[in-house]
Formats: sequence, C-alpha cells, structure tokens
Amino acid sequence: MSARTDLLLSIADDELILGWRDSEWTGIAPFLEEDVALSSIAQNEIGHARALYELAAAELGTSADELAFDRRPAQYRCAPLVQLRRLEWARTIARRWLYETADEIRLEELKGSDDGELAGIAAKMNREEAYHRLHAEMWVDRLLASEEGRRRFFEAVDELWPYALGVLDEGLRSELRRRVEERLGRELPAAEAIERGRHEPELVELWDEMTMVRRSAPAGARW
Amino acid sequence: MDARTQEFVEYVQSGGQVEATDWMPDEYRARLIKFIEMHANSELMGVLPERDWILRAPTLQRKLALTAKIQDEVGHAQLIYRVVEDLGKPRQACLDDLVSGRSKFHNVFHYPTRTWGDVGVIAWLVDAAAIISQKALLRCSYAPYARIMKKICWEESFHILHGRDVVLALVTGTQEQFELVQEALNRWWEPLMHFHGTPIPADEDPMLFWRIKSQANEDARQQFLDGYVPQIRELGLEIPDPALRKDEETGRWLYTEPDWERLRAVITGHGPASAERLAFRRLSREDVAWVERVILAEAA
Amino acid sequence: MRRVFEVFRQERKGQPLQHAGSIVAPDERFAELYAREQYGRRQESAALWLVPREAVLEIGDFPDEFDLKYRRVDGYSIRERLREARERASSARSASAGAG
Repeated sequence: MSARTDLLLSIADDELILGWRDSEWTGIAPFLEEDVALSSIAQNEIGHARALYELAAAELGTSADELAFDRRPAQYRCAPLVQLRRLEWARTIARRWLYETADEIRLEELKGSDDGELAGIAAKMNREEAYHRLHAEMWVDRLLASEEGRRRFFEAVDELWPYALGVLDEGLRSELRRRVEERLGRELPAAEAIERGRHEPELVELWDEMTMVRRSAPAGARW
Repeated sequence: MDARTQEFVEYVQSGGQVEATDWMPDEYRARLIKFIEMHANSELMGVLPERDWILRAPTLQRKLALTAKIQDEVGHAQLIYRVVEDLGKPRQACLDDLVSGRSKFHNVFHYPTRTWGDVGVIAWLVDAAAIISQKALLRCSYAPYARIMKKICWEESFHILHGRDVVLALVTGTQEQFELVQEALNRWWEPLMHFHGTPIPADEDPMLFWRIKSQANEDARQQFLDGYVPQIRELGLEIPDPALRKDEETGRWLYTEPDWERLRAVITGHGPASAERLAFRRLSREDVAWVERVILAEAA
Repeated sequence: MRRVFEVFRQERKGQPLQHAGSIVAPDERFAELYAREQYGRRQESAALWLVPREAVLEIGDFPDEFDLKYRRVDGYSIRERLREARERASSARSASAGAG
C-alpha cells in the first residue's frame, strides 16, 4: 500500500469513527437544538470519510463501503482519541474541540500538498470543518464562562490530552500544544502521546456493533 | 357555554384559525396542550426505537440516511415543544411529565425493534401512517401548529422514501433478507392498525369539535389501508390479517377488529418496551442535566 | 439565560421572508448555528432572519369605528354608478341619433 493510501485511510478512519461516536448522541443530546446540530456534524464527518475512502478505494480496487465495514478491527488506522465510546458531555466537547484543533493543523499541511487531488479534498473538508470549529469554540467559551463548566472542561481536556497528541504526526504536536495552551490560558501536563495503531477494546466493541447487520448476510448482499 | 366561547366555537368550526396571542377558551387551550404535547413526546420517544440502529446501519449511505431521519424527528420534537411552550407549558415541564409517565406518547414507540427489517418497516409504514395524521393537521384551527406541520410533512416524505428503499433492497436480496421484512411486518401490523386510534364517531370526538383535528380516526386508517395495502402486497409480502379486504360496494376496508384494550394498555405505559424506553430517557436526561444548568440557566 | 429567537425564512431569492418557527438558545452565536441547522440543513432556505422575541412589536387590532371605508376597495360602489353612466351615455347617443 502506498504512503498516500495509508494517509488517506488514517484520516478516513478518524473521521468515520468520530462520526460514528458523535452519532451516538443523536436523540439524547443535552437539548433538542444541540441534538440537531451535533447530528449534522456527525453526518459531515462520515461524509468526509466516504470521500476519502473513495480515493483510497480507487487505488486498492475496492469500495468505500468495503473499506468502512469489511476490514478487521486491527486494520483500522484511527487514532485512539476517536475510539472512546460516547463520553459524557464535557468530554464530548473536549474531544470535538481537541480533534478539530488537531485536524486544522493536519488539513493546513495537506492543503499545501503537491498531490492536487489530496490538496483539493483537504480544502473542501476544511470548509466544513470550519463550521465544526465554530461549534466547538462556542461551546468552549460557554463552558469556560462558569465555575462548574470550567472545572468539568479542564478535567476533560487533561484526561484526553495524551489521546489528542496521538492524532498528529510527531512533527506537528508542538503546534497543537501551543494552540491549545494559548486558547485555554493554561499549561498542559507533559504527556506521552497515545499513538495511532493502538486499538482500544472500545473500538472492537464498536466494530462488532457497526458491522453486525452487514455480517449477517453473505458478502456481496445488497442492503 | 358563554357567548364569547360560543362565538369562538363557531369561528373555528367554520375554518377560522387562532394565533398564540389570541383569546381562547381554557378548555381549547388545555386540549391543545395535551394533544400537541403528546405529539412532541412521540417524536422524541420515536427516536429511541431507531436509535440503536444508527450504530448498526450496514452501508455508509444507510448510516447517513438513518441518522438524518432520526435527526429530523428530534427537530420535529423541537418545533412542536416550542408550540406547546407558547401555549403556556415549558419544555422542562413537558419532559418531567414525560419521563415520570404522567403524559403519553404514541403507541408504536412502545415496541422493541428487533432487526434491520424493523428499520425499513418503521421508516416506510409507521411514517406513512404518521404523515396521514399530520397532513390532516395542516388544517388545524391552531395556526402555529398547522404552520410547522408543513415542514414536518415535507421531512416525513424523505423518511418514507428511505424506508421504502430499505425494504426494496431487502425484498430483492437473499431469502433471509426477505424474511426479515415479512417477520417485521407481522410484528408491526397490529401497532399499525392501532396507530390512528379507536374508531370514535366524528360527532363524539372533542378534537374534531374544536377542529384541532379535521379527520376522524377511522377515515385516517382507511386512507392508510387504501394507500399502502397494495404497495405492501405487490412486493410479495403477506399482511397478517386473513380478514383484510376492500368491500367494493362501500369502498371501505374490512379487517379483523384490533384489540383496543391492548392499545389502551400500551399507551398508558404497559407496552413491551415502555418501561425500558422511559428509564433510558430519564437516565440520559439526568446525565446532561448539568449542561442545561450551566449553559442555559446560569450563563450571562 | 434562555432566549427565544423567532426565525423567518426565505425559500428562494426574491421571495418574502416568512415566519418559520422559533428556537431557544443561550446567545446569538448558538442561535445562529441552531437556526442554520433547524431551518436550512437541507438547502431549503436562501436566507434566514433571526429576531429575539423581545424585539418583536406586535400590532393585532385595527379599529375602524367610524367606517372610513374610502381607504378600502369595498369603499367604492363603482358598479351602480357605472351602470348609471352607461345608461345616460346610451340614451344621449340615441337622442342625438333621433335628432340627426
């Protein structure tokens, strides 16, 4: 597999699994208006995953659906950050915000790529992610505005920080730290990144569930 | 009935529409709140039977369409609870009453969803039944409710498309996939026949008196049967009611009398999944209660 | 704080903005995002107007106790006068024809 396909699959898997996790909130988000908004974000992420899988599928001679569903859990390349199952709300926002901050750094790199197709899709994704960032930032502001919100949010960020580092290649991590610390106005603990390639038990559970219907009919069945 | 109420009744019965800030009799307001609140509750509780399958949808396209459908239902709950709030009952009070079992929600959302076949049957046929009731509400005497029904009906039409497409894929798939649909239809038929309520005569129905509703229960059921029995049968599916047939002379459908006692039990919270659904709603609401407190209540 | 925003929606450019419903949000940023999702996620809107409910000034009664109906179309009984004018014109024509 080419380095390009490998990269495409890493990002696609991140977007797919994060979208799947965020969609766990559909129907039970803190209030109805937010429920509708978060559900759109989940759908966007999965839409991004599909577009990236299609690029990878062209090279691998397969399809987006087969890449999304028919691999074994160990073959997924997503960062452990997105594997964690539906988190309570402060952690959900912290994960969204950390992911979007990291993703922005990653997309900035990709947009400058010599590979026109890759640069193009990165630019397109970034236009939607800008809206996700707006959503995350407005939540961060709201949480920071109250004593209880701030306490819960900092706790969540500290817990997820080692996972957030794992979203990016090593060379980009100092930039992530700089942006997060600047935004929060506080220093983050020194931490070892929880690296891509590690598979949390929660990913295997999710995979069992997300593929159960598809696996119930012979390969190639129509759904 | 005092003269002002009499005048109001004549006004709504002749097709007049009422706005939130208009004067209205207390009984009219109370009936509106109860009816519209139950509708909102149903949209919100209707999310739960399908929600489990968001994680299990078997292709990316199905995943997206199902998530969007459930998102629409949450959006409908938002729109409808807003109407209730403007009539004087706050959303939090509605949710309190819902999770404590003091208010009701529609019968079909008290049943479990067992297979992917249910996902297709619900989106196709439950939403088809719902759109019939909701289209009739476009003529509701309470204008703010009638107005949002336009958006709701428009969105429901996507659900029927999605549901029918899921069903078509399954009935043209393997024998096991076909049977998923047949088996789901067998389980959902009785709840579907219950859906439009007991055949209460139009002149005894207070909802028709106030022109909150404009279609009698049995007329809605007949419209459903007219529209969907042929569509179900043409797929080779069998409807589990040997007595079901159309009387060509009267143009009315004849069917085995549904068990109305069971309907009453189900909507008063004794359905197969009622307790579990309410408990889940209660717990998930408790988990996020602090967010409402921090974000909506205390923020500057 | 829980604020209600009234949402007006324009379906296509050139059409009037019509009241679409309302949303609840803690502030204007949330309101914008939530209205965008609730009333525009299917590309069904060309524009939205958000108005805090407290900014809406409602006028719901328009008294006309002294029947000033010259300001309305039903204030003019054109038909009767038109009939009279036509009759007069036609009898004038027949009178001048008789004289000629």
